[in-house]
Amino acid sequence: MNWTWFHKLGSPKWFYEISGRWLPWLSVSAALLIVAGAVLGLAYAPPDYQQGNSFRIIYIHVPAAFLAQSTYISLAIAGIVGLVWKMKIADVALQQAAPIGAWMTVIALVTGAVLGKPTWGAWWVWDARLTAMLILLFLYFGIIALGHAITNRDSAAKACAILAIVGVVNIPIIKYSVDWWNTLHQPATFTITEKPAMPMEMWLPLLIMTIGFYCFFAAVLLMRMRIEVLRRESRTRWAQAEVARQIGRSV
Amino acid sequence: MSFNSFSEFLAMGNHAVYVWSSYGICGAILLLNVVLPLMARQRYLKNEARRLRREAQQ
Repeated sequence: MNWTWFHKLGSPKWFYEISGRWLPWLSVSAALLIVAGAVLGLAYAPPDYQQGNSFRIIYIHVPAAFLAQSTYISLAIAGIVGLVWKMKIADVALQQAAPIGAWMTVIALVTGAVLGKPTWGAWWVWDARLTAMLILLFLYFGIIALGHAITNRDSAAKACAILAIVGVVNIPIIKYSVDWWNTLHQPATFTITEKPAMPMEMWLPLLIMTIGFYCFFAAVLLMRMRIEVLRRESRTRWAQAEVARQIGRSV
Repeated sequence: MSFNSFSEFLAMGNHAVYVWSSYGICGAILLLNVVLPLMARQRYLKNEARRLRREAQQ
């Protein structure tokens, strides 16, 4: 396998150039997929035989919950890369992905509560899945706060990386909570490895939405990272030239 | 199409409040995630422009 891309990642300038090329494609795909998924999910999917039309909330609830967990795993991976290879871009990725992950957890929790009301008759229950998701939100808050609290960039990066890696233990707990405990939360809506238990018209919008949410995450993450890279590299010539070019265009 | 009319679509079989509020909140949060970084970028560029002007005067 060719590892040049991995070494190039160490160069912020290279990252800035390549991400600038990817960003428009990711943004357009995210917008198209999310709109298509919402239209299909809201208007074309048949109502659930038990939950009626309120089940349509899962088209945002499930992708957001997936993304909330995937984002956390990516924080831990960025943390390992940052600690092992001392790659600066890994810390940029970790710091910039954390707020997006926190927002996704908020979407999952809020839409889950709104779905819980008509389905279970309660906005919130101290169910294993729900509690583990709430802990995930607090882990995100912890990482964000830690990143802001330590002024020395290298120490902050190290502390956040360690917290991200330790906190990853919560992810399997979220995933298997519905199997390990007798939860009110329903079991996994869909898995990649098995044939879906629902009809195609119900399942397809969920797949489209999930891919759309991942594209959205990638686009927003690149957008945030590009600003942060410019800021951190503000002493280098290429970053100054880029800022001058952007100023000339926008002011 | 799973609904017979547009009003039926809006009513969501008595679950309108739940469905539309979820989608509304989700849409607002997604939008916020796009707008905030764009604003941060504008702010940074504006600050840099101001700094460059100040340095040019000296």
